[in-house]
Amino acid sequence: MQETDFVNKREFFEGVRQGTPVCISAAPFGALFGAVAVANGQTIAEALLMSMTLFAGASQLVGIELFGQKIAAWVIVLSIFAVNFRHILYSAAMAPFVRHFSASEKFVTFFLLTDPQFAETVRRGEARGKVSFSWYLGFGLVIYVPWQVMTVLGATFGKLIGDPKLIGIDVLLPIYFMAIVLGFRKRANFLPVVAISGAVSVIAFHTVGSPWHVSIGAVAGMLLAAMLPVKRNPKLHEAGQEV
Amino acid sequence: MDGFFHADMVAVILAGAVATFLTRIGGYLLVMRMKSIPPRLEAALNAVPAAVLTTLVAPAFFTGGPDVQVAMAAALIASLRLSSLPMLAVGWCAVMFMRYVFTG
Repeated sequence: MQETDFVNKREFFEGVRQGTPVCISAAPFGALFGAVAVANGQTIAEALLMSMTLFAGASQLVGIELFGQKIAAWVIVLSIFAVNFRHILYSAAMAPFVRHFSASEKFVTFFLLTDPQFAETVRRGEARGKVSFSWYLGFGLVIYVPWQVMTVLGATFGKLIGDPKLIGIDVLLPIYFMAIVLGFRKRANFLPVVAISGAVSVIAFHTVGSPWHVSIGAVAGMLLAAMLPVKRNPKLHEAGQEV
Repeated sequence: MDGFFHADMVAVILAGAVATFLTRIGGYLLVMRMKSIPPRLEAALNAVPAAVLTTLVAPAFFTGGPDVQVAMAAALIASLRLSSLPMLAVGWCAVMFMRYVFTG
């Protein structure tokens, strides 16, 4: 049985150990975010603040991309919300495994929720019935803390470089997003959704213009998914690899 | 770029942080209230990440120069065998090649 008010060391360090590979593979993206953030006009302190309060790599990069394009603030916030929308599914799906946490533990739990955290929580929860807060915290912190360090390192380095095109940073962003998209390739309706969202967003980009192509393309893909024949029990667990 | 923080930037960051936290806790709060999500809604929600991110990738490819297109194509081919970090490395090498070697 797990203690309720103290962190169980053994569980905590098991979480740390399991989270370490995620931490290592996410680290370059933290640095990437820092470098891109500075290239798009954020200060190092602002980049760190964003990493500390959002702690969601893809949406941070999307937000930064839109900052650079001088887009209205509410559109940026809405886009961040849209990119993070999948977390709604995650927190719904992992509810049975964390509902025994206290209110403050739940606050920390959902603040630290990322794709790998979700995937591991469901895996562990399905095997054991529930997960301990100590394990969850260990897994989360070993990703959270290095994320901040890497953000500052990347931002400091990016500031020294100046023009991101010189060292090819500009191309990393779309490739990074492409990698995340491909991470979802085992999901139901993957190919039709990607095809329709891609086609509609390109058309919208040339007709309606940026940033509306993002919402329009995304809605097209969602509508298509809703209209296609429903397969029973879509696999929520096959989440992309992203922090 | 003077100072540590700009008020408007900080406001957007904090609003983004609140929006992010709402998505993280939202599903839990929702599922505690309703017993199940309608299947078509679930299918639509399930399509969200791929749909949103594709809209960032496709226009970048079609509006990018040859250097960007070659890099993205190379990364896509690399992704058939490699995970995302090596894939990123392949794309980066390709764009640097196009910028500094291929075009002289």
